[in-house]
Parts: sequence; C-alpha cells; structure tokens
Amino acid sequence: MSHHLLEFNDVRFRYPDGTEALKGVSFLITHGESVGIVGPNGAGKSTVLLHMNGHLLPTSGTVNVGEVPLRKETRSEIRRKVGVVFQNPDDQLFMPTVFDDVAFGPLNLGLPPDRVRERVHEALRQVNALALADKPPHHLSGGQKSAVAIATVIAMKPDILVMDEPAASLDPKSRRSVIGLLNSFTHSKIVASHDLDLILDVCARCLVIRDGQIVADGPASEILSNATLLAENNLELPLTLQGRPGREGARQ
Amino acid sequence: MSFETATSGIGRLDRLSYRDTAVHRLDPRAKVIATFLFAVAVVSFPRYEVLSLFPFFLFPILMAALADIPAGFIAKKVVAVSPFAVFVGIFNPLFDPLTVSIAPGVAVSAGWVSFASILVKFALTVSAALLLIATTSFPGICRGLRRLGLPALFVSQLLFLYRYLFVLMEETMRVVRARDMRSFGNRGAGVRVFVRIIGTLFLRTVERAERIYGAMLARGFRGDVPSMRRETFRPSDAFFVLGAGCFFSLCRFVPVPRLIGLLFRGGTG
Repeated sequence: MSHHLLEFNDVRFRYPDGTEALKGVSFLITHGESVGIVGPNGAGKSTVLLHMNGHLLPTSGTVNVGEVPLRKETRSEIRRKVGVVFQNPDDQLFMPTVFDDVAFGPLNLGLPPDRVRERVHEALRQVNALALADKPPHHLSGGQKSAVAIATVIAMKPDILVMDEPAASLDPKSRRSVIGLLNSFTHSKIVASHDLDLILDVCARCLVIRDGQIVADGPASEILSNATLLAENNLELPLTLQGRPGREGARQ
Repeated sequence: MSFETATSGIGRLDRLSYRDTAVHRLDPRAKVIATFLFAVAVVSFPRYEVLSLFPFFLFPILMAALADIPAGFIAKKVVAVSPFAVFVGIFNPLFDPLTVSIAPGVAVSAGWVSFASILVKFALTVSAALLLIATTSFPGICRGLRRLGLPALFVSQLLFLYRYLFVLMEETMRVVRARDMRSFGNRGAGVRVFVRIIGTLFLRTVERAERIYGAMLARGFRGDVPSMRRETFRPSDAFFVLGAGCFFSLCRFVPVPRLIGLLFRGGTG
C-alpha cells in the first residue's frame, strides 16, 4: 500500500525570523507503522509535525505523502490523507458542540449529511465519547477533550494519524485510556511526546530529534532503553524501565 | 462581583439552554424574530413613557415561566449589567428641568421620568435577550441568524466569540490569580500592570487564533462553517411569532394600563 507512505527527504526549514529549525531531516514511514518522535524542547519536533500536513512548507528538500509531493497546490489533498491532532484540545475544538465539531471535517470533505452522521457516531464510539455528542467543548474535562479532539480527526478517515503530545496534562487514568485508544488504531501513527512510557506502549519505532536533525532511528524498545543516548538528548529512561525498587529516600 | 462569579453566571446561562421545554423546542428563528419585535416595540416608546411599558413585562415573565428558567437568576443578571443603563440616564434629571405631575399633587422633574423610562426599557430588553439565550443557546441563535440570511462571515465570528469567551475568561482568571499571588497590598495591582496583562492576553489570543485556524485548515475549512442541523419552521413557530407580534402591537398602540384604570374606575364608580 504505497499510498500510505510518508517520506521526508533532506527537509530544511527556516522560520521567518531566521531560526533554522530543521537542518536536513530524512526518514521514511511505511504503511501501518507506529512511530514515536522524541527529543529535547525546541529540537524541532513540532516543526516536523507541521510539515506533515502542509501547515509549513519546507525551505528546501521534499515531503511526500504516498505519491503526492507536498506543495502549496497539493496541500488540501495531503490534509485528507494526514490527520493531525494538535497538542491543545482547546485549539482543536472550535465548534459549539462536540457533534458539530466532529462533523466539521467530514462536512468540509463534502460528504452527504447521513454519511456525516454515520462518521461522527463511528468516531465518537471509537473514543468512547458518544454520550458527549450534544455537549459544548468548554464543559468537558481534560480527558474528554483529548478523546474528542482525536475523534474530530479520525472522523475524516485519514491514512496517517499524527499526534502532538496526545496525553499531556491528563490524569493517569485518562492517559491510560488514550494509550488504549491509540493502540486500537490500525492507521499509520506518528506520535511526538515527552511521555516516553507512552511512546514505549504505543510505538514500535522511535526517532530522536536534536537541534533540527535526526540523531537516532530504530526500534522503540532499543532506543528507549539506551540510557546514554537518552541522556544526551535531555531525556531519561521510561519509568517502566527504570526499575527502582530501592529508592530508600522516597520510602522513608 | 468578582470575576469568577461573573463567569460562572455565563456558564449557568449556557446550561439552562439544554433544557427541553415547549419554549426551548421552538425554532430559533421564531424566537429571534419575536425578541427582535419585542425590542423594537419597547424602544419605540417616547422618552417620557413609563406606565405603558409595564404590560410588556408579561412577555419575559411568561417565557421564563414556560421555559422553567429561574426568574431570580435572570433578574440578578439584569441588575449586574444595569450600571450601563444607569450611566446613560443618570444626567437626565439634571438636564431636563421641566416638571410634570405624575399623580395628583406630586410633581417631579421630567428628567426623572425619562430616567425611569430608560431603566424600564433596559430591564425589558436585557431580560428578553438573556431569556433568548437561555432558551435557545447561543449557537442556536447563530444558526437562526444564518438561516435568516445573515452573512456566513458574521455568524462564524459570533460563534467563535462564544466558544472562546470561556477559554479567554479562564486564561484571564489564571493571569489575574498569578498576579494577585505575587502582589502584596496594592503594589502590582495598579493600572500599569493591568495594561500589561491586557497586552499579554492579546498576544496569546493572536497566537491561539493562528493555531485554531491551522486546526481548521487541517480539517478542510474553506470559508463557511457548515452545520447539519435543519430545524423546520413548524405551524407552532408561526403561531408563536404571530401571537407575540399581536401582543406587542396591542401593548404598543393601545394604552393598556389606562384601559385597566378606566375599567377599574368604571366598576367602582
């Protein structure tokens, strides 16, 4: 299924203020892969994500989604294929009710009303938020907002699902249910996060970005257990791999 | 009233609109038109008119009762915004030295009468507007306006205003709290700091707007905010508008209080 490929070829990007955020990023993500993107603050994770659906266009280098190269003219086509869930659900949920918000994408795709209704129900059922359909987003809890934000994107049935910190500022139970949710998707998934345990639970592969470049790319279990590599990148071992039964200080 | 209680009031207004009563079920367009007619009728009275306005209170009272909206809550909200009306009319008694007699033997400056008229008109229109929101919900009103032919751009602005009002209020609350926590006594609570807070909030809002627009584009936005809801204008809606219109014209063109007075006097004398 070559149309689910996502390819970055020596992508460079310079922000208008002169900051060089990406200095030659290359990778290839194939169909059905789940890939975590980790790295220190300001390394360029978000900039990479913003290239994936054409919110930013590379200064040089190319981005291909399937056979479609990312250009100004192909952006709307690419946005159908790549669904991005942004970090702050309040930015993602802008319609007066949950239903309207989930319906926003499918309606813009030009689907007929009953198909839209089906899609909305399907997406909300998938994230266990069907009961929230008539609520306005500002009356939802943080966990509910995150779930609905994911539903707004999966309702468009993208080939590739991209998420920026999907579980940031969620309580442990909501975070756990987001992880369960992500694992239930068969899409290609790309998750950028500082929550390394989440990456470990959700992703088979992991990219490490530092200073606008990819410094490591491999199986998540290998990369996330490499304490030296992680330390070099302002990261640390996932808590589940730290195995620290003997923290006397904490116990007393 | 503190900032936090003010915001909880808006949240409550919002929640009231989820109820399911005969008034809530009316088509938004019917309620928008009726409220508009009501406001026009009330405002069209001459400036010294007070008594003739009172029959109009029947409309908000009836709406509140039928829609099961606590009248005390609406009244409190009206009082909360009343300073605006008070400032508009406060100088009338000073600038309008004419005297009129309001009852046998009691004469007051005409300014007081027009001041009272402003207050009554204000209470009427604001309570009707609040009830419109409490029975229709703000998004419902927007849908109604859109279907009544208001331009898409204008309606989507209103929708976003409503959606992000809550977010902005929360953000303001956080900034204000952070300031209060580190300002001791009156230091730090002055105008200069306040101006900076406004500046910060503005910049954050601009950034947020950019992110929201990005999220909208990511989901295929092309200029019009689509809506699926298709309310149908039923006979009951037409009946409501017609009934309300008749009642308003009756109150507007027939001096109802005087008639009642005549009836009363006729009965006793």
